Amino acid sequence: MKTVCVVAIGSVPAQVLDWVECVAVEWCPLPVRQLPALGLPEGAYDATRGQYQSVEIMKAVAGSKPSDAARILGVTEVDLAIPMLTFVFGQAQLDGPVAVLSLCRLRQEFYGLPGEESLLRERIAKEVLHELGHTFGLTHCGEPKCAMSLATHIGLVDNKDERYCAHCAQHLARRFASPDGEPL
Amino acid sequence: MKKVWPILVVDDEEVMCESMAAWLREDGYRVDTAPNGQKAMELAKVTEYAICFIDLKMPGGMDGIETMMEIHRIHPEASIIIITAYATVDTAIQAMKEGAQEYIVKPCHPQEISMLVSRILKLKKLQSENAILRKKISRQYRHHDIITKNPRMEEILALTGEIASLRSTVLICGDSGTGKELIARAIHYSGLRAEKRFVSVSCAALTETLLESELFGHEKGAFTGAEGQTKGKFELADGGTIFLDEIGDISAKLQADLLRVLQERRFYRVGGTEEVSVDVRVIAATNKDLAEEARQGRFRDDLYYRINVIEIRIPPLRERREDVPLLAEHFVERIASELGKDITGISGGALKLLIDYDWPGNVRELENVIERAIVTSRNGMLVESDFTWLNQRSSNAESWEVPDVPLADLERRAIIAVLERKGGNVRDAAASLGIDRSTLYDKLKRYEIAH
Repeated sequence: MKTVCVVAIGSVPAQVLDWVECVAVEWCPLPVRQLPALGLPEGAYDATRGQYQSVEIMKAVAGSKPSDAARILGVTEVDLAIPMLTFVFGQAQLDGPVAVLSLCRLRQEFYGLPGEESLLRERIAKEVLHELGHTFGLTHCGEPKCAMSLATHIGLVDNKDERYCAHCAQHLARRFASPDGEPL
Repeated sequence: MKKVWPILVVDDEEVMCESMAAWLREDGYRVDTAPNGQKAMELAKVTEYAICFIDLKMPGGMDGIETMMEIHRIHPEASIIIITAYATVDTAIQAMKEGAQEYIVKPCHPQEISMLVSRILKLKKLQSENAILRKKISRQYRHHDIITKNPRMEEILALTGEIASLRSTVLICGDSGTGKELIARAIHYSGLRAEKRFVSVSCAALTETLLESELFGHEKGAFTGAEGQTKGKFELADGGTIFLDEIGDISAKLQADLLRVLQERRFYRVGGTEEVSVDVRVIAATNKDLAEEARQGRFRDDLYYRINVIEIRIPPLRERREDVPLLAEHFVERIASELGKDITGISGGALKLLIDYDWPGNVRELENVIERAIVTSRNGMLVESDFTWLNQRSSNAESWEVPDVPLADLERRAIIAVLERKGGNVRDAAASLGIDRSTLYDKLKRYEIAH
């Protein structure tokens, strides 16, 4: 049976990766497992912006995908961006196998505030649902409380719930109800 | 809805194209990418992109501005967003001058792109809805949607198509209820003025003073109650068409004013001192014999000739009985649906009854008769019994025994009888017979009737 894999890119605390795994297990019917961490790809760093190019990180994650993995979610502490945008919280292949998530801007410390463990967990949960949702074909949702709504700043992440709206949940239920039980 | 709007990203850097496309795809858009202007052109030839993100500087071949201009040549409606890494006022001004809708400097905040795309697409959605509504209205009044298989009506419809794009004034004559306004709308919506307004004015419904203000507007204080400046129907119809129904009923003063507007395309608002210029096509309609009205001095002959550039005479329904079944079935379908009644059609017997009826109120009367039958019917189909009241109305009409003689003989006898009744007065006899005086004189001569 195919699985959903979680992989760290660079150094990521073990409890964060465990939390990501728990969140994925809660709503995804496929088995979820962690893979050994990957190093940060050298060419991904953009010195002029002080950020990592998310496209390069995605490539590294895609290259490490085991053959039995239906989806693979990379998790990193570094700040991600694409050439057009100043940052991204994460990125995913729409209806494809690869997604990445940056913890950098989910941490209160990024905004000069003291760290908050419970708030970080909430934010991670929402973004795990969001990025994996994209890999199962969900696009951004117009319902602001839905995990699939577009967040262009941290306030919009906090405004979301840790769940999908009925419409998005129905889409996923249909995907997971495929005859072989593997929503590929 | 947003998925129907395709987006194109043009940039020589693959990573820029792919990452931007992936980000937009997460938002549900269909996104294509092109590494240069040439490829962008090829894609634009097969897909009508709503938005094109184009990098300003692309090495070799076409730059961003050239690419934008070429895409605009193919799709003038496409919204172009020029992307550059360097914000300079000169390039921004040049891009906007050449037709770019927006100019953004990369990298930008995700919210900026998200809001920009949603703002542009919201506007496009409104424009698209507007176009659909206009098309719907236009289709509703296109001449080939007028129901007929009568040769005279078909000639009229062909004529409306031919004259639709001209500015010439049209006079539509026909009995009440024959569909004069429908023909006027068909002319308007088939022509170049279809995008502008069709303004209808019923001249018979208003007094002279009110009609003057209605047609030409008024200035503040022009009369008691004129609290502000108001545009008249002529101004509202600027660029479009004004339909003057029952033109034969307007007063001598308004006839003079109207003549001036038709000649000069300029007028004064009531109480105004400044001339207002308009570009309006005039379509007038009447159920009177306007030529006879002019001969009798009740209608200015110069205005008559000015209006009567193209004349369309709509036959009464009794002269196109073959249209009765078509119209009846059309009205049954439409009215039953509007009233939520489950009536599927009309029986052969009922249709025969409708065909035999004379329809003095023409198509409008037929529509009303069908509506009344639908409201009162208890069957799934309209049958003869649903129209018995129509038979009674018909049988109440004056009936007469027609002798077995040639038609010309009947006409001769009718003229003599009417002349005797009118004491030999040709003008009154012509009015009674419903023909003009010159026609009556011709007939008197032909039938050798002394008077």
